[in-house]
Amino acid sequence: MDNALIVHRLHFAFTITFHYLFPQLTMGLAPLIVVLKTLGLRRNDETYHQAARFWARIFGINFVLGVVTGIPMEFQFGTNWSHFSRFAGGVIGQTLAMEGMFAFFLESAFLGLFLYGEKRLSPRAHWWSAVAVCLGSWLSGFFIIVTDAWMQHPVGYARAADGSVQLSSFWALVLNPWAWWQYAHNMSGAVITGSFVMASVGAFYLLWGKFVAHGRIFVRVGVLAGLIFSVLQLFPTGDGQGRMLAENQPVTLAAMEALFESQPGAPLVLIGQPNVDEKKIDNPLVIPNALSFLTYRAWTAQVKGLNAFPEDEWPSNIALLYFSYHIMVGLGTLFIAISVVAAFLLWRGKLFSSHWMLWILLLALPFPYIANTAGWITAEIGRQPWLVYSLMRTADGYSKTVSAGNGMFTLLGFMGMYMVLGILFLFLVRREIEQGPEAEGGSAH
Amino acid sequence: MATLWFMIVAVMVAAYVVLDGFDLGAGVIYLGAARTPQERQTIMRAIGPVWDGNEVWLLAAGGTLYFAFPLLYASSFSGFYLPLMIVLWLLMLRGIGIELRAHMENPVWRGFFDVVFCLSSLLLTIFFGAALGNVVRGVPLAADGYFFEPLWTNFRVNQGIAGTNNGILDWYTVLTGVIALVTLTVHGSLYIAVKTEGDLNRRARAVALWAWPVQLFLTVIGLIATIYIRPTVLDNYKQHVIGFLIPAIVYGSLAVMIYAIRKGEGPAKEKLAFVASALYIVGMLVGAAFALYPVVLPASTDPARSLTIDNTAAGQHGLTVGLIWWILALILALGYFTVLFRMFKGKVRIEGEGY
Ligand code: HDD
Ligand code: HEM
Ligand code: HEM
Repeated sequence: MDNALIVHRLHFAFTITFHYLFPQLTMGLAPLIVVLKTLGLRRNDETYHQAARFWARIFGINFVLGVVTGIPMEFQFGTNWSHFSRFAGGVIGQTLAMEGMFAFFLESAFLGLFLYGEKRLSPRAHWWSAVAVCLGSWLSGFFIIVTDAWMQHPVGYARAADGSVQLSSFWALVLNPWAWWQYAHNMSGAVITGSFVMASVGAFYLLWGKFVAHGRIFVRVGVLAGLIFSVLQLFPTGDGQGRMLAENQPVTLAAMEALFESQPGAPLVLIGQPNVDEKKIDNPLVIPNALSFLTYRAWTAQVKGLNAFPEDEWPSNIALLYFSYHIMVGLGTLFIAISVVAAFLLWRGKLFSSHWMLWILLLALPFPYIANTAGWITAEIGRQPWLVYSLMRTADGYSKTVSAGNGMFTLLGFMGMYMVLGILFLFLVRREIEQGPEAEGGSAH
Repeated sequence: MATLWFMIVAVMVAAYVVLDGFDLGAGVIYLGAARTPQERQTIMRAIGPVWDGNEVWLLAAGGTLYFAFPLLYASSFSGFYLPLMIVLWLLMLRGIGIELRAHMENPVWRGFFDVVFCLSSLLLTIFFGAALGNVVRGVPLAADGYFFEPLWTNFRVNQGIAGTNNGILDWYTVLTGVIALVTLTVHGSLYIAVKTEGDLNRRARAVALWAWPVQLFLTVIGLIATIYIRPTVLDNYKQHVIGFLIPAIVYGSLAVMIYAIRKGEGPAKEKLAFVASALYIVGMLVGAAFALYPVVLPASTDPARSLTIDNTAAGQHGLTVGLIWWILALILALGYFTVLFRMFKGKVRIEGEGY
């Protein structure tokens, strides 16, 4: 394999994975802040307003990191993937430009009002600024997902004379069924991150015995939202994604499940390590016929295995694909379990005194991040060896004029820079949490 | 259609330079003009609520360029790989400089981010100017429309066989970088003068007063240098005499600027000077775009390889649909920003909450 190709892939994978750590919280927290502000207005209760202000401060820090790590993403299509951009720019330039024009303007204009304008605006106007920020971040997610969905399942394009693709139907691009399933699933995943983070901080305050009133609000809102969206994550959205795959990328599905042989009544592997050389699963623990049922709603349906496809169309890293998929689904199941139990305790009025459950909520903090990252790795590795599914191979898309050495230089630069950013972020967020929701101001320029 | 999108992208780039230009310029004079913590706070509040929105113009212009001229985006972004990555790092440093500085009162923390903010602003203005210089000078395009430029070679223009040995930085692009630095320093000072009172206001106007002759001098030198390295820039002007309005606007706004600066303090005069500076920037950029059109990236190797609006534009359907949503989005965006600038209009005072 060409050296430069690997560097460019690592470059993109590293920067996008780091970037997505921040938007998932932005998009997940924004609606929850709106909920807190609405409750505050309805009940006329200062505690809710303090709670909203506290999360707005965390949101602000998170947002800065999202912005500064997002700008390189926009550039990298041109800098590192220029042959891809030349090929596909006539289509995906459309949605990327719309993201800038519709979403980023909206977000950046109202963020300042939302974070620093509470004293200048009426409570109602300030509520609207929170809604506008939420809308902006969800629009941002939408356009980026439409872009990615087109790469997974290209629609609405025509070939031009020079071999590139050009848009032939705007509505086909925006109404791509893949995009809508992916959007629903991904946004629900973001809300899971938002709610688990909120519940975790709440549990921390309750266990610490400080800011208890706020801690209860955080736990209550976090657990309820977590419950709703953990269920939505599995059904209908995760299931819908799976069926899109079965229909449009059957080879990816076979690799995710490590199903080497086509068979009727295919089993679902719960645990086991794919052994690609010998084309089997080591140490398998399976549910017979379950995969057939989940994909086609019939216990004995024929499911295509990897052997049904030429080997040069197999995803290039089957083991990583299999594991990231199983980590996502395993954690998804865990989230449902945690939120069902916590919601039950909440309903019985015992949650705030059940220290063991609060500890679980506290320690669950990193897992939604892991699940979201694993989900994206599944989607992106699963698409390989294609960059645009069935139209352009990844090996044809990178910038041929940018040497491996230059790519390595900037990759290392980003690694260093992001390490510093990550440390600053953790430092500042830790400080906010320790100062608690009653601290005033905080971020006066 | 392609011409229309060329104008749209040009207008968006100009909007970016005028808007982000004033907060970049404010960054350049930040350490020198603002001496006390209060004064630094004042500058931060003058740009705090608007800088991110200003920077979005860069993203929106980049996105629109990608959408309308995919080959131009692909070729120039990969060809200018190293300087763009450096610009990205500087933008990141500057963003965290502005935003994270506020989160702690500690003087060591603030002092550190003050320097980060000032230096990154200064370097960015130079890099942006050099980038524009590269586009005017031309790049060593290969037959397939791609090129790659190292950061520098020997600082001479159009070296090697037909310019294949060009670097990003040579004497010409360094010159355009310095022009950008001076221009945006003046622009930022004038903005700070509009937004502040007292000592800070006085110092900001003094910076503009001192820098103005340098700006005038460099504008003349820059024009001569451009005609020297690329005589063809005059072709469009000769064909359409109306184009000579552009240099008239450039020099006219310089004159209005010095008139307004010398008149001294007062909101009306300060605003007039700032608007004149904005007009100067627009004039310079439109002048460059007018000279290049219909070329968007000239080849220093062989003029036939130059990228033009026609050989880089996206398909017809996409461009037509784009026009509809672009206009809609622009109206919305102008609406938000009118609200925003209204909320934060007037002089910045230190008391009170927020920015
Ligand atoms: C909190 C995060 C989270 C959780 C708990 C789950 N997912 Fe997920 N999943 C994502 C977060 C995510 C994601 C990050 O949002 C992905 C990556 C791309 C995308 O659209 O969504 C994704 C993609 C994704 C795909 C598409 C992969 C591809 O395109 O190749 C499928 C089939 C599933 N998921 C299925 C599931 C199922 C059956 C789950 C069972 C509970 C599940 N996900 C839980
Ligand atoms: C939604 C917008 C996204 C787009 C348009 C996109 C596009 C791309 C492109 C162009 C590549 C490089 C080619 C390749 O190696 O496959 C890539 C690779 C990759 N992306 Fe995405 N991506 C998106 C979102 C994400 C997110 C959010 C993540 C993770 C959090 C992610 C994870 C990866 C990974 C891990 C790779 C490397 C794949 C490999 O090396 O095999 N992507 N993606
Ligand atoms: C390759 C793909 C991506 C590109 C080119 C990209 C680009 C950007 C840019 C330029 C910004 C800064 C905007 C500003 O200045 O306000 C940003 C922030 C953001 N991005 Fe990404 N991004 C990518 C992947 C993603 C993905 C996969 C999502 C979610 C599904 C996402 C959601 C957001 C959101 C919500 C923001 C707002 C800031 C924040 O949340 O921290 N982005 N992105």
